[in-house]
Amino acid sequence: MISFAHVTKLYGETHALSDVSVTIQDGEFVFLIGPSGAGKTTFLKLLTREMTPTSGDIHLDDWKINDLPHASIHLLRRRVGVVFQDFKLLTDRTVYENVALALEILGKEEHEIARDVNKVLDIVGLSKKKFLFPQQLSAGEMQRTSIARTIVGGPKVLLADEPTGNLDPETSWEILDILQEINDIGTTIVMATHNASIVNELKKRTITLEHGGIVSDEARGRYHIHKKARRITKS
Amino acid sequence: MIALTTAYKHMRRSPYQAMAAILTMFLTLLLVGLFFLASTASYFVLKYFEGKPQITVYFQDKTGEDVIHTLENDLTATGKTVSIKYITKDDALALYRQQNKSDPLLLEMVTADILPASLEVSATEPNFLSDLEEVIKKSEGVEEVVYQRDVVETLISWTNAIRWVGGSLAGLLAVDSILIVMTIIGMKIALRKQEVEVLNLVGASPWHIRMPFLLEGGLYGLFGAGIAGLIIAVLTLWLYPFLLTFLGVIPAIGTVIGAPTSIAFLLAAFAYFGGLALTGFLLGSIGSMVAVGRYLKF
Repeated sequence: MISFAHVTKLYGETHALSDVSVTIQDGEFVFLIGPSGAGKTTFLKLLTREMTPTSGDIHLDDWKINDLPHASIHLLRRRVGVVFQDFKLLTDRTVYENVALALEILGKEEHEIARDVNKVLDIVGLSKKKFLFPQQLSAGEMQRTSIARTIVGGPKVLLADEPTGNLDPETSWEILDILQEINDIGTTIVMATHNASIVNELKKRTITLEHGGIVSDEARGRYHIHKKARRITKS
Repeated sequence: MIALTTAYKHMRRSPYQAMAAILTMFLTLLLVGLFFLASTASYFVLKYFEGKPQITVYFQDKTGEDVIHTLENDLTATGKTVSIKYITKDDALALYRQQNKSDPLLLEMVTADILPASLEVSATEPNFLSDLEEVIKKSEGVEEVVYQRDVVETLISWTNAIRWVGGSLAGLLAVDSILIVMTIIGMKIALRKQEVEVLNLVGASPWHIRMPFLLEGGLYGLFGAGIAGLIIAVLTLWLYPFLLTFLGVIPAIGTVIGAPTSIAFLLAAFAYFGGLALTGFLLGSIGSMVAVGRYLKF
């Protein structure tokens, strides 16, 4: 469970987040929406301890993230994976090597790495392109590689910061398909997005941020992506 | 192991930077290695000459043994001598025969009568030589006094020069190597900024990220030491006959270099090349540690 309790983050005089309190249960799929500068990225960065709040507490289960010792931050990041709009792939490594990176740092054996990497590449549909380099992939394939790298270590929470921002609508839906699959196996997903059509179609819990504060938190019920819905959105 | 493989990959991916670092390390370690050899050899040469009788007192033919023993006792009473050896005329003849055994003509011409008796005196410290000189001057029946002091003083000045010049140059080059490795590793960290960022995000521990960069500096040092060691080994082999002739007479050196297959020689060689490798590894590691401390802050 993720919980923010009266979290404020100041950049100088500017309130990036202002007295935010919210709880996200295990296995939820939550959209974070709001205009640019609303505090979406700050919200996600606080969860990965890329920054610390000015005041308030952030918990992931029994871990108090803001008080986490510096030497343990990497352990948090193994539990909280992040997918970015710009993919952040290493251009001198193949798809397989990019994904394997997340397991190499855990000190896994070669055969375990091969087994797990091939498994997630199957999930994201890149098995046939595992020996290609990022520059040989489409934007959607790069994002799928990025997702594969994030989930291969089995994180409890997946944060996605505008993962469809650089993608066309059809590819965006493919990515959402994958994220839904990951959510179905129990991974909590928090996705910051500007894509109104996705938010409206999927009917997930949606937290709206404005000027660093939560202006609405709507639970819209569980909704599975249907190919029909996707076609409707595309058209 | 992963860190070592990654460090090796980093080196292969930027060969010119790696070459610059290895060459600098090589030059530094070549000088350090040669300086160490010269310094060690000069130390043993100095010790050898210091251990030799520093004063040889030759007596006139008519001088009786009682006078010689009186002087011997006077010198011993100063407490500033390590040893005093009395060489009789017969001992002198035996030594002469030993030294010229290959020349029968010279042996025939010399008898014990024409060789002087002598005292070979060694002082506990070179500073005491002048005090001993005063005692000798007061004695009767002295024909000639020969001092090793001049030889020792020249050797001391040479040894000091080697230590100062070699040490300063080696020190400067060592600092230069550290700075070059630091700069190269700093550049590599900057070039791999994205990789560092990704590793951070996927949960790599700070040491997992730092270790390849730290090892890379150490590897530069090891490679540099390897090349320097090879050059020094070739140089030593080439100069071996010369070294054996000039330094073989020094017991501490002669026993080692005189028998290249002996345990003593192999141990000395192992310690020397091992020390060179360790020095290289440490120098490189210090350079990369500074760079990592400066550019990889988490």
